[in-house]
Amino acid sequence: MKIIVCMKQVPVQDSLLKITDDNTWVHEDELNWEINESDNYAMEAALRLKEEHGGEVVLLSMGPDRVKESIKQGLAKGVERALHINNEDFTTRDPFINAKLLAAAIKQESPDLVLTGLQADDTGFGQTGPILAEYLGLPHTSIVMEIEKSNGGIKVKRELEGGWFQSVELPLPALLSIQSGSNQLRYATIKGIMMAKKKEIKSLTLADLGLAEDEVDDSNSSLNFNRIFIPEKTKKAEIFEGDPKEIAAKLADKLKNEAKVF
Amino acid sequence: MSVDILVVAEQRDGVLNRATLEAVVAGQGLSKDLGLDLSVLVLGKNIGDLANDLCVGVKEVLIAEHEKVGDYTADGYCAAIKQIVAKEAPKYILFSHTYMVRDYSSKLAAALNRQLVSDCVGYKMDGESPVFVRQIFQGKIDADFTFSGDGANLVSFQVGAFNADNLDSGTSGEVRDAGVAFDEIEVRTKVLDIFEGVKQEVDLSKAERIVSVGRGIKKPENMDLMNELAAVLDAELAASRPVCDDGWLPLDRQVGSSGQTVTPSLYLAVGISGAIQHIVGMKNSGTIVAINKDPHAPIFDIADYGVVGDLFEVVPALIAAVKEIR
Repeated sequence: MKIIVCMKQVPVQDSLLKITDDNTWVHEDELNWEINESDNYAMEAALRLKEEHGGEVVLLSMGPDRVKESIKQGLAKGVERALHINNEDFTTRDPFINAKLLAAAIKQESPDLVLTGLQADDTGFGQTGPILAEYLGLPHTSIVMEIEKSNGGIKVKRELEGGWFQSVELPLPALLSIQSGSNQLRYATIKGIMMAKKKEIKSLTLADLGLAEDEVDDSNSSLNFNRIFIPEKTKKAEIFEGDPKEIAAKLADKLKNEAKVF
Repeated sequence: MSVDILVVAEQRDGVLNRATLEAVVAGQGLSKDLGLDLSVLVLGKNIGDLANDLCVGVKEVLIAEHEKVGDYTADGYCAAIKQIVAKEAPKYILFSHTYMVRDYSSKLAAALNRQLVSDCVGYKMDGESPVFVRQIFQGKIDADFTFSGDGANLVSFQVGAFNADNLDSGTSGEVRDAGVAFDEIEVRTKVLDIFEGVKQEVDLSKAERIVSVGRGIKKPENMDLMNELAAVLDAELAASRPVCDDGWLPLDRQVGSSGQTVTPSLYLAVGISGAIQHIVGMKNSGTIVAINKDPHAPIFDIADYGVVGDLFEVVPALIAAVKEIR
């Protein structure tokens, strides 16, 4: 089975974010980066399927040069090779344009299965997987916890709300978006890290993908990302900072005498 | 006949997902602000009664009733709604951002060659145009979005962003068959069964006090400290999703959209940043206390008391202080 895993590199989860002066994004230069959480689970699911059924796992990522670091982590965990859509020269935050770029790269590979994470921890649209499925003409399902091969396709367990699940069967090729926590994640081994150095990271340009610059231009999108801002707080928390002992005493007093919760 | 604003309802076995009514409330607001009519679409089989129930506060309820949309699938729903959009030309299509809607709404937008703003927390008017607000960076930052162009604009609203109790039941609509040509629709995925996951052995919804633990706890060994805090407060121990995924607490102690919904008089969140999936499960608690080292963590936005600090210093001090005062 040939599996493509889409991976996004995002700022680490507890990053302190500073908004740029033009209110369009955050300052990226001081941030540390990591593999998006649910994409990590997608990669884990792909590696497990390969180990059970044979085949190849190809990692696909889009971003500037820095994403190579995350790609290398994937290669060290057992991914065979990687595709990198290098967008040093263009940045788009439109999920439909991003999916168009990813779809162009995926089409060249004709995989049996495409896996994405459920949603990115930065923009949080949660749209890339289902849009990709439409662009690639593949059946899909999302919020997937378990995957097994079945007659002529795959059977997956997907999550519904409130502790309910559903089993769904899909023919291959198909696309699945994977939920965080669906597996125990592996660590790269020393051997894996050594082997990763010999693995290929193929860089893809717009021309390689057969796309023109105006096709990936956010300003042609019918969706406008106007500005970003720190949300106004609807509820004003009383904040305690400082010496832990003093804070704890104050808080305990508030809980007992003001909130009266014990 | 045509449609201006279309809310797509969600049902399973003829039972409405209550979040649909929140999307109807959002639709009523937009309907008033934009001077547009509001309609609802319901898909499924044996949904006649449900369609009648939905005729409240809307102009029309469109119905697409067939075996092929009996069980929800992205293929079935997208193909049916695409036909309806071609016929009715709605300006807006609204959803409540449930798990089902996450699964198909962006595929539908792609199939229509239109855009979706997903998981909005609300909208505001800028002159004649609505500006949709959604959260990025897991609730730390908000972003404003607008649409250009006249085609169908798709918007999903976060569960809880609108209150279903605010439904204006003034007008009473009529049911109309949407006239979907179901024989043209191919469904590639097959739903085998629907089942409940873990047996819920702990009912947190009845708990008076809850100490809830997030990924800030770092290691399973640190659960001992949390157990001690829960014990001195005579509280139940709960957790956010990552802690249960890692097996540090059983799944039936998970609070949030994939776990339990709780309303204790005290909810003490330790090392929980407050991703929306967690917040929907606990935001109606009486007194909310958050302990987190990140002063921008969204959990502080809904807390009554917040401690910005290292939980490994604050929690032992709090255990001592509570012991002294109780």
